[in-house]
Amino acid sequence: MGALLRRHRAAVVPGAILAALLVLAVLAPLVAPYAFDALDLARRRGAPSLHHLLGTDELGRDLLTRILYGARISLAIGLVSAALSAAIGVTVGAAAGFAGGIVDAALMRFTDAMLSVPRLPLLMIAAAVLEPSVPVLIALVGLVGWMETARVVRAEVQSIAARDFVTAARATGARTPRIVLRHILPGVVPTIAVALTLAVGRGILLESALSFFGVGVQPPTASWGNMLYQAQTTMSTEPWLGIFPGAFIFLTVLCCNLLATAVEPRVAVSPSTRR
Amino acid sequence: MFVIRRVAQIIPLLIVVSLLVFGLIHAAPGGPLSLYLDNPNVRPQDIERLRRQMGLDQSLVAQYVSWATAFARGEWGFSYADGRPVAARILERVPATLQLIGISTLLAVVVSLVVGVASAVRRGVDRAATIATVAGISLPVFWFGLVLQLLFANTLHWLPSSGRASFAGGGLGDRVAHLVLPVIVLAAAHAAGWSRYLRSSMRGALEQPFIAAARARGVSDARLATRHALRNALLPFATVVLLDASIMASGAVVTESVFAWPGVGSLFTEALAKRDYTVLMAFLMCGSAAVALLSLVADVAVHALDPRTREVASL
Repeated sequence: MGALLRRHRAAVVPGAILAALLVLAVLAPLVAPYAFDALDLARRRGAPSLHHLLGTDELGRDLLTRILYGARISLAIGLVSAALSAAIGVTVGAAAGFAGGIVDAALMRFTDAMLSVPRLPLLMIAAAVLEPSVPVLIALVGLVGWMETARVVRAEVQSIAARDFVTAARATGARTPRIVLRHILPGVVPTIAVALTLAVGRGILLESALSFFGVGVQPPTASWGNMLYQAQTTMSTEPWLGIFPGAFIFLTVLCCNLLATAVEPRVAVSPSTRR
Repeated sequence: MFVIRRVAQIIPLLIVVSLLVFGLIHAAPGGPLSLYLDNPNVRPQDIERLRRQMGLDQSLVAQYVSWATAFARGEWGFSYADGRPVAARILERVPATLQLIGISTLLAVVVSLVVGVASAVRRGVDRAATIATVAGISLPVFWFGLVLQLLFANTLHWLPSSGRASFAGGGLGDRVAHLVLPVIVLAAAHAAGWSRYLRSSMRGALEQPFIAAARARGVSDARLATRHALRNALLPFATVVLLDASIMASGAVVTESVFAWPGVGSLFTEALAKRDYTVLMAFLMCGSAAVALLSLVADVAVHALDPRTREVASL
């Protein structure tokens, strides 16, 4: 671990911030200054102060508390949807890269088709149609986020499959599943780790965008995105209600992307991996 | 030959997309008529009549085939919201969106050319540029828009907060002022992403032997960067710019809605709020077709400009 950190110095700060956010989110009931739905009627629409570090909303609820609880939802959606995307992306990419031929062509055409549909509008329609709940959102965000992973995994699998040690394994009589799982996929792990980290950030951005349009996480559950949705009409009178949740989204996604860049400098954050 | 094969690839792609779009709309509880189900003024027999009129009582396969063939012929149906033809509603919004996307793309290309080349050549610039560009791609677009609006429109009053022009009409200056904030918001993420891409392909080009050879001949650093390395990095860069069109479409939806820009993106959010399915379906189909078309343009251009990508068979 120490050696790993020394090798990737630039990963320390974003990694530590993400870990801290995660811990704060998990421990939200213990560390939040107020109860989730506690109202402070005397200090409604209050600007940031010593009582309420980040201010209060129109019902007098403490914004910092809501951001900490919102972190649970936003991070959960980001992490679980990224895992789902990674699972689909690795399966599709490995199958396409290893099988080649018609399987490869069919899978990649499908990947292209999925990539050419404008992602956010597609998700917005799907979320509106299916009446969003947190599990549905996780599934939706995961289902539209696997294409980039599939592409990089396919390329990596193709290049590894052409190496001599794979031919050697085949010569010793190893079967295809064993070759893929034991010989090829371990070499793809760094690529998958980077893709996964990028997908967490992308998932959080997508959730927040959906919630921002009112088709994501529904009140009374708080997520960073739907806090922004509720804040946008009062942006000029109570700007803190919009600035802080958005700042947390920005910080989290920034740390994910910095972490991915730091761990794998070879893989630039290609423009097609955004959103 | 290449071009024909490449064009032929678009058709299955559009079929997959159309199945996706069609399946999505029909997955809605109550289907495309869900809007009317909650309306107390619409009687059950009216819904039954609409269902027959719109062919919703037929099998899904039959519905898909008739919708897809009509769509391919350019019959996109009528908006649920105001009864006007969908194509007309979309077309009237296209100029505003093209203006926004066009200017943003131009700005993002210029910025990323400067930043990308500078950070590939100068180590000092590179560190700052890396942080700035990673920050750029991490920005939640809508939040960035709201913050700029708060700062420059509501607090400083330098710029208008929304719309395409003032109510009074206003001249060129007024229209330009309305463009500034939406253009910056839409261009920011792209400028960041493209800078990173150009930087890495410039770095790749600068490591090639022909650069060392040119340096040995006494070619100056500036000339090396712009005339030798950039020339090689430019083609993949242009491809990425074209391929990013799909992300522009998503970005335009957000930006237009934050700044009330009267383009296709805000038509989409209006249609979504009203569950105006004919408009939503046409939007997704047009968006995907545009992306497919641009990636076709990119591929054909690369094929024409870069002899290495041509297959031996066609020589």
